[in-house]
Amino acid sequence: MNEEWCLGCHLCEYFCAFVNSGEKYMPKAFALNRQNVPNITVEEGDRINFAVNCRQCDEPLCKKGCITGAISVKDGVVTIDTEKCVGCFTCILSCPYGAVVPNKEGKAAKKCELCISNGGIPACVTNCPNRAIVLEEVY
Amino acid sequence: MPINYIYPEYEIIRDKNKCIKCKVCVRQCSNEAHTYDEELDCLYEHNERCVNCHRCVALCPTRALKIVKTDHTFRENYNFTGELINEIYRQAESGGVLLSSMGNPKPFPVYWDKLLINASQVTNPSIDPLREPMETKVFLGKKVSKVEFDENGEVITKGYPNLELSMPILFSAMSYGSISKNAHEALARAAQELGIYYNTGEGGLHKDFYKYGKNTIVQVASGRFGVHKGYLEAGAAIEIKMGQGAKPGIGGHLPGEKIGEDISATRMIPQGTDAISPAPHHDIYSIEDLRQLVYSLKEATNYEKPVIVKIAAVHNVAAIASGIARSGADIIAIDGFRGGTGAAPTRIRDNVGIPIELALAAVDQRLREEGIRNEVSIVIAGSIRNSADIVKAVALGADAVYIGTAALLAIGCHLCRDCQSGKCNWGIATQREDLVKRLNPDIAYKRLVNLLTAWNHEIMEMMGGMGINSIEALRGNRLMLRGVGLNEKELEIFGIKHAGE
Amino acid sequence: MKYVIIGNSAAAVGAIEGIRQVDKDGGIVVISKEKYHTYSRPLISYLIQGKVTEDKMYYRPLSFYEENNCKVMLGEEAVRIIPDKKEVELKGGKSVKYDKLLVATGSKPFIVPTEGLDGVENKFTFMSYDDAKSLEASITPDTRVLIVGAGLIGLKCAEGLNKKVKSITVVDLADRVLSSILDEKGSEIMKKHLENAGIEIILSDSVKAYEKNMATLNSGRKVPFDILVIAIGVRPNVELVKEAGGKVNRGIVTDEFQMTSIKDVYAAGDCTESLDISCNEQKILALLPNAYMQGEVAGKNMAGDKVKYEKAIPMNAIGFFGLHIITAGSYRGESYEFIGENSYKRLFINDNRLVGYIMIGEINRAGIYTSLIKDKVDLSTIDMGLLLQKPNLMMFPKDVRKQKLGVGHR
Ligand SMILES: Cc1cc2nc3c(=O)[nH]c(=O)nc-3n(C[C@H](O)[C@H](O)[C@H](O)COP(=O)(O)OP(=O)(O)OC[C@H]3O[C@@H](n4cnc5c(N)ncnc54)[C@H](O)[C@@H]3O)c2cc1C
Repeated sequence: MNEEWCLGCHLCEYFCAFVNSGEKYMPKAFALNRQNVPNITVEEGDRINFAVNCRQCDEPLCKKGCITGAISVKDGVVTIDTEKCVGCFTCILSCPYGAVVPNKEGKAAKKCELCISNGGIPACVTNCPNRAIVLEEVY
Repeated sequence: MPINYIYPEYEIIRDKNKCIKCKVCVRQCSNEAHTYDEELDCLYEHNERCVNCHRCVALCPTRALKIVKTDHTFRENYNFTGELINEIYRQAESGGVLLSSMGNPKPFPVYWDKLLINASQVTNPSIDPLREPMETKVFLGKKVSKVEFDENGEVITKGYPNLELSMPILFSAMSYGSISKNAHEALARAAQELGIYYNTGEGGLHKDFYKYGKNTIVQVASGRFGVHKGYLEAGAAIEIKMGQGAKPGIGGHLPGEKIGEDISATRMIPQGTDAISPAPHHDIYSIEDLRQLVYSLKEATNYEKPVIVKIAAVHNVAAIASGIARSGADIIAIDGFRGGTGAAPTRIRDNVGIPIELALAAVDQRLREEGIRNEVSIVIAGSIRNSADIVKAVALGADAVYIGTAALLAIGCHLCRDCQSGKCNWGIATQREDLVKRLNPDIAYKRLVNLLTAWNHEIMEMMGGMGINSIEALRGNRLMLRGVGLNEKELEIFGIKHAGE
Repeated sequence: MKYVIIGNSAAAVGAIEGIRQVDKDGGIVVISKEKYHTYSRPLISYLIQGKVTEDKMYYRPLSFYEENNCKVMLGEEAVRIIPDKKEVELKGGKSVKYDKLLVATGSKPFIVPTEGLDGVENKFTFMSYDDAKSLEASITPDTRVLIVGAGLIGLKCAEGLNKKVKSITVVDLADRVLSSILDEKGSEIMKKHLENAGIEIILSDSVKAYEKNMATLNSGRKVPFDILVIAIGVRPNVELVKEAGGKVNRGIVTDEFQMTSIKDVYAAGDCTESLDISCNEQKILALLPNAYMQGEVAGKNMAGDKVKYEKAIPMNAIGFFGLHIITAGSYRGESYEFIGENSYKRLFINDNRLVGYIMIGEINRAGIYTSLIKDKVDLSTIDMGLLLQKPNLMMFPKDVRKQKLGVGHR
């Protein structure tokens, strides 16, 4: 995520919420105030903006702290098993980036899983108009 | 409050069904044509502020927006068109000169579209550029007329400094100030990758861009902004700007509010002061004076760099070009009346100068007649829109072309022609930090590279079709052109036959 | 190399995963008094509540031991460590040899002897799967429950039982609920919230005596009950190490590599003490993240790595009836309080560092505050206005932001 190029347009948030909503048509995903929660957050400052989502840490504190064992790392992607999650939000307490959020019902935690279940290329990356968000593998 | 005579030119249409109220339009419109009302959870359009630049349309994630030209009209009048009426209202209110930007949009003939290119059939077979060698490389500058050898057969003639281009295209002068730093970076990086040149324009060279010097033409204009020894030495060639196609005969004016810290340093003028380029160079009133400047610049750079003299295409352009060729310049750049600009008085933009196609034909013809065509290269500018325009230009005698508007379009310009406001939503013609960052040079430079790579392919295709495998063989090859819908006089100036002849 | 782990919970799992990051082959033996596959202790309240089913109780998948090549001895209790022989003796006489041993025995409920307690028929603690199961089996919709202790465990138990029983009364000697993790205002908010959910709370009072199904409080008040749950606190299981000659204070003492004073014997989790870096005091941090991370560090070191565990702080994330609390660090120094419509926040700044915070209701991105405490960030580099507003990364200086957001990460 490069704040140099982030315009604070918030499109990443909307596309994230959309692709993770399960809806096929974007207007529907946001109709009737459905309050889909994105896994990415844009911070706005004085002439600076940037989006924050999960950094897919090598040593994820959210995973280590998870009290139910709902968080695991699969192929480098930190994943939350929402079935197992009871929404204690120890992960929110632990994540130094503030990248884990409660889901819209507030009953479980959710986070960016790099769109692995939405076709593989993160929607925030493809839809960032200024290439402020890129996907890079870090070894 | 006085009566507002002006009705908005465009209307923003929002499809409420599709709108998800993400407010990207609100955040992205520097003209504030969209606003959001928290209380009513509702988006408003302010048509009078819309310049139809399409930023909101392009970023709207659900494609809920479109901009249409208003169908509201004045009483129909062929003579006093709605536009004219509007302009009169505006001036009656402001008392000021009308300003606009980019090139002359008026319905004067576009001669490129009345020239057609030849192709080989049966005899002199065409060439497939994918299978056979095809050369689009060109050298700009004075050519030697005779090559001499010593007794061992080694060449002893010394050549002149030339610019080598991988294709007959350069990015035309757009100053840092009129366009943003990121736009400059995109042009510079694209020039470097493509093996061509970009032009600093009259605003000096930002310190970060000296590294692109090998692909940079540095300009010396009447304001002499940012000109110093290091600057002259940084570039591959030096261009003296005598005139500009969009506003022949007048100078330039970059308002103080655009002169921030960086631009002030680059232009070497105090922050916040207006940067005024005088209409003439105050030390040039004759070809002899011009010669002095050409040679001082050559002297200053050790005769290692070609010097370009850029003029606007005006009525007696051929004679002027002849004078320039004799002034010692290596390259003449001619800018036609459709050439772009960051800001020009509307009346001048729309009424002064001549079409570049005619100017080019006349200049090339004149220099040939005078036997001095080899003394100089000719680069033309002023609305080269595609690769076919380039092929036609070369066939009319150009060595290469400058592209400005097309380059800006490639990096996102939507030709809203509101550059003078400094609020370019695409981060091009603006110095506002938040807007400048909208243009990521990583993306923009690649788009330029893509565009010119594509054009170069097309040029090769067309050349191959004519059975020509090098730009050299196309240059001035007017037999390859025919006119359509042109009168005798026009055909005569172009030195071509009518289609069918 | 042969690793032996006593205990089968968070710290033990952390150790297994830690060992396996370093040593893929060495044999691991897990000795577990409880007869279950490793499960999440905090889930027991969710289990009685019905929010979690038995198959979701497990802390790691059922394939965990096999995948990590562990031999598990369920239902076996270690009774002695014999460091000279590098042996652990089990109840029943068997023994297990070790090269490296981890003690991850956790804690046990603390029970104060009270008059008449022995005569109470239906009394429980709330610490284990078995506790939960037997508690669940003995309640009916008509049950009146008395819980002694308004701490995390007591209140979690109350939440779990709510709506399943007729009434719940919680008694605590302290003058407020959750007194170990909240300040007065926070406690007050939670108390109201719990009361709104139908739980009766009696504070500044405790049980003087029991008489079958009746508790008499110090104040003289009498509380009838059918079921008693004692949740006044926990005590670390230190005996094994203590008897083997290892250093023990309140909890087992380890160095920063999680090794006890006995060579090749490590300890991790609720049975140990850690250095709380938010106030520089040795504390028992009986918290699952802490247990896991200590275990992981211990495991790595047992397998030959050399890593330190040095960022321990108290931290809690807990919710009751939809109202969430996140707290971390210690509450000292200057404090900044923010009261919202449905939220409460208090930040504690000491020596120009954030040392603790309390957030109730609005908890988003709290981990950023946690990281400020753990990393002991000097606040002179931080935009204080933004810090106080809400957790964000904008408050960090540009180079730190860039590094956090991964620019030039390659
Ligand atoms: C109801 C409840 C709710 C909780 N909620 C939270 C929460 O929300 N967040 C949080 O961070 N923490 C919470 N905790 C605390 C958390 O469960 C503990 O911090 C964590 O389980 C500690 O893990 P551990 O591995 O150190 O010890 P334990 O989980 O206590 O495990 C120790 C294991 O060792 C076994 N053992 C002990 N002695 C021997 C022996 N001699 N031989 C063999 N085996 C032995 C025990 O049977 C036990 O299985 C909660 C605890 C309870 C009871």
